[in-house]
Amino acid sequence: MGSWLARHLHALVSSTGNLARAPLATALTVAVMALALALPQSLLTLVRNTTSATGNLSGTITLTAYLKPEVGEQKADQLARSTRARSGVARVELITATQAMTEFRRNSGLGAALDVLPENPLPHVLIVTPVPSASDRASVENLRTALAAWPEIELVQLDSDWINRITAILSVLHAVLWMITALLAAAVIAVVGNTVRLEIQARRTEIEVTKLVGGTNAFVRRPFLYTGLLYGLMAGALAWLIVAAAILSLRSAVRELAQAYGSQFVLAGPGLHELGWLAAAGALLGWLGAWLAASGHLARIDRNN
Amino acid sequence: MISFDRVVKRYPNGREALAGVTLEIAAGEMVVLTGRSGAGKSTLLKLIALLERPTRGRAIVNGVNLSDLPAKRIPAFRRGVGMVFQDHKLLPNNDVFDNVALPLVVTDTSLREIDKRVRAALDQVGLLGKERQLPEELSVGEQQRVGIARAIVGRPPLLIADEPTGNLDPELAVEMMTLFRRLNSVGVTVLLATHDLHLVRESGLREVVLEGGTVHDHTVGALPTIKGVR
Ligand SMILES: Nc1ncnc2c1ncn2[C@@H]1O[C@H](COP(=O)(O)OP(=O)(O)O)[C@@H](O)[C@H]1O
Ligand SMILES: [Mg+2]
Repeated sequence: MGSWLARHLHALVSSTGNLARAPLATALTVAVMALALALPQSLLTLVRNTTSATGNLSGTITLTAYLKPEVGEQKADQLARSTRARSGVARVELITATQAMTEFRRNSGLGAALDVLPENPLPHVLIVTPVPSASDRASVENLRTALAAWPEIELVQLDSDWINRITAILSVLHAVLWMITALLAAAVIAVVGNTVRLEIQARRTEIEVTKLVGGTNAFVRRPFLYTGLLYGLMAGALAWLIVAAAILSLRSAVRELAQAYGSQFVLAGPGLHELGWLAAAGALLGWLGAWLAASGHLARIDRNN
Repeated sequence: MISFDRVVKRYPNGREALAGVTLEIAAGEMVVLTGRSGAGKSTLLKLIALLERPTRGRAIVNGVNLSDLPAKRIPAFRRGVGMVFQDHKLLPNNDVFDNVALPLVVTDTSLREIDKRVRAALDQVGLLGKERQLPEELSVGEQQRVGIARAIVGRPPLLIADEPTGNLDPELAVEMMTLFRRLNSVGVTVLLATHDLHLVRESGLREVVLEGGTVHDHTVGALPTIKGVR
């Protein structure tokens, strides 16, 4: 056990030494890997922020309940009051047929043409705004069903098309994000693999002799795996810094944008959780790239056996 | 220790380097493998080190059948065969100690044990005190002795050497032969390949001659029978 640990430490130290011996090449490799890791993490951060931003805006979801034509104004007022009393409802606005017609007359520009109508064809309308905590899809749907069940109500319309559209866009973005992540993960593996391959070339004799004296493939591979692991850890940490810097530089612009829309939304940067995530992903991909490169080389040596 | 029965080795390019070699070498023996260049000496040693597999025939080394040993078990097998090369294959950036220690480093040997055994091996080849020198700081003869120390540091029962004196002048070559004989006298089975017949002459060693891919002659301490070799 003691010597097992010693050998791993030895491999780790010698890998670290190898990286330090060529600082420029190491830095370039790490930078390329970091960019490949930072890109999906940035996109993910943006998608997350957008999701939470639309979550904030969901307070503006409204339901429009159209009353049946025969329902009178007094009854409409009564319905508005009982709707207001429901839990999960923040605000109810009654727009009477008369108000609606007045507004329509003003906005449509049809003016006198509407006087031709024998009577006001518009129904009374209730505009219902749920509280934010009851603004999720399921709660809103429940409210809609409850209102629609009332005999006085003709139709309940959900005015959340634009939210649905953003949600749809976000889910497409999510899928795209995963594709980009997979491609860039492959790129990270390729970059590490190539770097490790160069190092293997430089240490060809050492590998050959090690195998001649009875070193196993696992033993030969070990220092290269550590090299890949170290590259990945460094790239993960650097990627986190890149994302944090990007978010920081966008933050004031986004705050202004949000304020223009009357929102207190603040762009959230990557946290410690993301640092751990990026480092782990980098280490795993680095290890994998190194493993592939080393195993490929060893397989070529072992072809005779 | 080594038992070959009609062993054939054909390379992928179709070249048949060994065309049915039958050979027995007992534990504790010292044998010199001769034959002109291209006779198949290196090929035979490569089979013993499992650097190549036999194409046909039965080859048993150290109790292991070379034809069907799983690849996974080759490293452990090789630790039982010390190898010395003409170009010694030392790692130029590692000092003498690290070069000799390599066969122990690849196994679960403790640092204290490594230290002890590397010194013992260096002592056997007369290089104690040169641990921290780099190979390039040594003479050719010393480099070859470092290679021998590395081959014996794991105490393998079998030592094979391919042209170990090929790069040495005659005086050093004789010295090297003496060293191999001393190792053999403490119980190591030794198989040397050389095309230098002067080394074998009057040595009293068993000689196995390869010619045309087969063992042409077994002689014990006799004069060479192959013409055309200097
Ligand atoms: N890897 C190889 N591929 C193809 N032919 C080879 C290979 N190694 C050796 N040979 C051929 O096999 C024959 C025996 O070579 P070798 O064993 O090196 O002989 P020796 O060591 O006695 O000079 C030679 O004709 C050589 O060209
Ligand atoms: Mg040869």
